[in-house]
Amino acid sequence: MAETIDVGTHAGDDHGHDHHHEETFWSKYVFSTDHKMIGMQYMFTGMFMALIGGFFAYAFRMQLAFPGMDVPFWGIVTPAEYNALITNHGAIMIFWVAMPVLIAAFGNFLIPLMIGCDDMVFPKLNRLSYQIFLLSAVVLLASFVVENGGFGGAWTSYPPLSAKHEYSLTPLGSSLWITAVALEFVAFLIGGINFVTTAMNSRAPGMKLYDIPMVVWMIVVASILFMASVGPLIAGAIMLFMDQNLGTHFFDPNAGGDPILWQHLFWFFGHPEVYVVLLPATGITAEVMCVFARKKLFAYRTVLYTTFGTGVLSFTVWAHHQFIAGIDPRMAHVFTITTLLISIPIAEMMFVYIATLYGGDIRLKTPMLWALAFIAEFLIGGVTGIFLGASGADIYFHDTYFVLAHFHYTFFPIAIIGVYAGVTFWYPKMFGKMMNDTLGKIHFWGTIIPFNCIFIPLFVLGAAGQHRRIHDFTQYPELAQYQDVRVFATVSLVIMLLFQFVFIYNFFMSLRKGKDAGPNPWNSTTLEWTTESPPGHGNWKELPTVYRGPYEYQVPGRDKDFWPQNEPN
Amino acid sequence: MIERYLEQVSTYAGDIDGLINLIAWFVGVWFLVAEFVFFYLIFKFRHREGHKGEYITGEEKHQKRFITIPHFLVLVCDIFIIIGAVRVWVDVKQTLPPADATVRIIGQQWAWSFVHPGPDGELDTADDIKTVESLNTEVGKVYHFQLESRDVLHDFSVPVFRLKQDAIPGRIISGWWKATKTGEWDIQCAEICGIGHGVMRARIKVQSAAEHASWMHENSPVASIASAN
Ligand code: HEM
Ligand SMILES: [Cu+2]
Ligand SMILES: [Cu+2]
Repeated sequence: MAETIDVGTHAGDDHGHDHHHEETFWSKYVFSTDHKMIGMQYMFTGMFMALIGGFFAYAFRMQLAFPGMDVPFWGIVTPAEYNALITNHGAIMIFWVAMPVLIAAFGNFLIPLMIGCDDMVFPKLNRLSYQIFLLSAVVLLASFVVENGGFGGAWTSYPPLSAKHEYSLTPLGSSLWITAVALEFVAFLIGGINFVTTAMNSRAPGMKLYDIPMVVWMIVVASILFMASVGPLIAGAIMLFMDQNLGTHFFDPNAGGDPILWQHLFWFFGHPEVYVVLLPATGITAEVMCVFARKKLFAYRTVLYTTFGTGVLSFTVWAHHQFIAGIDPRMAHVFTITTLLISIPIAEMMFVYIATLYGGDIRLKTPMLWALAFIAEFLIGGVTGIFLGASGADIYFHDTYFVLAHFHYTFFPIAIIGVYAGVTFWYPKMFGKMMNDTLGKIHFWGTIIPFNCIFIPLFVLGAAGQHRRIHDFTQYPELAQYQDVRVFATVSLVIMLLFQFVFIYNFFMSLRKGKDAGPNPWNSTTLEWTTESPPGHGNWKELPTVYRGPYEYQVPGRDKDFWPQNEPN
Repeated sequence: MIERYLEQVSTYAGDIDGLINLIAWFVGVWFLVAEFVFFYLIFKFRHREGHKGEYITGEEKHQKRFITIPHFLVLVCDIFIIIGAVRVWVDVKQTLPPADATVRIIGQQWAWSFVHPGPDGELDTADDIKTVESLNTEVGKVYHFQLESRDVLHDFSVPVFRLKQDAIPGRIISGWWKATKTGEWDIQCAEICGIGHGVMRARIKVQSAAEHASWMHENSPVASIASAN
């Protein structure tokens, strides 16, 4: 049923669907220009990279818990390997997991389906974006296996360490690494153009700006943030590559360069980047919560304005990463103020989400558990950020495990919890089958409980003065006493990783044995649920018309508790 | 919070801990209230047969109050936190009290070296004492430091002082501390600086006046001349 490809909607199509007449394996799965297939490609690539990033976390956490021992499936973790592992763990999780899955996979899959059009505005550009992204992943993987090993200067790659081979000792690894990162940025720059233009220009008849589902808005705002922030960093990456290989001295203080320049270029991108991945996850949470609480999103417009507010403010806070980096101390005051101000739209957004539950009819299915966990856990990330934004307190916390625990409490809800919420929620639409809810719940608890057991102890270690990126803490007299805390965190990690196999099993088992989902298994109101599951090429036989906002649940005087966007009165 | 894990050994350690405690109270209360309301609502509005949910837009003024009031209160908390942060920052990083002594601290892959002024109290004279991986200081004295790096970024961090400062090649960065008790503690490098970053450790020794003076005389390359003067 899914294979009904309606050429009709593409008649006179100028979008460049040049090959939907004979769909071979190659044209369907590899060189497809269909937004759904490209979304899947991003999703599977991202999940594959998550396995690598997770495996790296396993290897270096084992080293921390049992210093100098043979780590099963890895071996001895040398200091050089340790640095390469943490560097690439961080880079992979952010650039090759959070970005591709949250923005590219969900953006591609959802935007046309949720705004009621047949594809992205520039499908070929879309395919190019994935191909460049894939290339970037290959270059990154290659950087681990070259002579002298992968780059080990942390995902922030501060020069001069990253800029000179005599300091980093990884001549090939560091050049491949920065090349991979630059390619990845180019891929997302291309992809973002598509998301913004499609959402703004291709909406179904009747869909006004306030009728756009929140997740689409948030992906659009995230894409704009990305496009507005990435320029300086691409320039920086090219400068860094030239410093490494062509003898320039942009960041070399001995020849008139300035290492701090990189930090400004990096964090002018790096801080908005947090919101680039945060917003799509927050949007997914909104969709899932409304469906499973059978509630209208509380104060839709407020959420939208706080999204814009967060986006604008995110460009004003970058130097809070540089409080103690040797910049003029008076700058700290400005960035303390902006950083604390950004807590306001974010706190407001969280209050709105909590208020959305009020008066609901809450069903705790797997996707809803993930969405609720997003809020519960992200709150911890949010409040601990205040300690770091307050300059005086950051003097102590900067670069400790407190920071590490803080940003994992934001990134884990974003990149893992948010993604699971999205995947379990839209799985029926993507594949036309239901996932097993019991296995889903086992996986949920098997992830959430160990997750907290990993990172709460790391807050404690940070408070005790343990710094980041050090491969054996037992050699510090004041830190040696906390070894059992490190063992506890590591054992929790191993347990959590093992539970991920429950998800993988459920994912593939349900593809074969899941029960048929039908078009709208969750009784949802947004447009993607008005076409068959999975949607064919072109998405609808006849494109929908929109009559109302996205979250009309429990509207008084109607017998059904949901009122789809495309249903005429 | 922090003092439960680590001693306070500098004059400003207590101020930084105080700020951290202040923030902990503010955000702790918000966190607990938010999580409590959140779980309470999940429980209260869980699905029950024959029970229908309500239609609430959240767009009306009396509904929005539930957002705008807490939101305003968050702003008030933010202002207190900003004031606290600025006060601590100005004392620790911005205005340096007059120095009793100045030391030079040099980071390089992968060791800390230190230049002590020696018995004459001046840097860059013949009686300077150079050490590696151990910094000797006197209790109760205001020390200024001049932080340098020979190669990449490093970060001079003394957790018991609550002090941390990046070392940047090409710059000399100043800062200060005044230790409040004698003893010996960890110095860590807090900025990744290459393969040996994890072993770039040192110890800070805070000595009594008498102990420190005798250490100086024993170690100064020209101690005999200095004491003869
Ligand atoms: C699977 C669970 C995870 C565990 C146990 C874990 C653990 C860690 C640890 C212990 C470090 C620091 C290592 C060190 O400083 O020596 C680290 C670094 C980092 N992690 Fe994770 N992490 C996990 C998932 C994630 C996720 C989902 C993200 C982001 C989407 C992420 C992003 C980062 C980043 C950016 C760094 C900093 C890397 C650097 O310092 O260069 N991690 N992780
Ligand atoms: Cu160092
Ligand atoms: Cu270091």
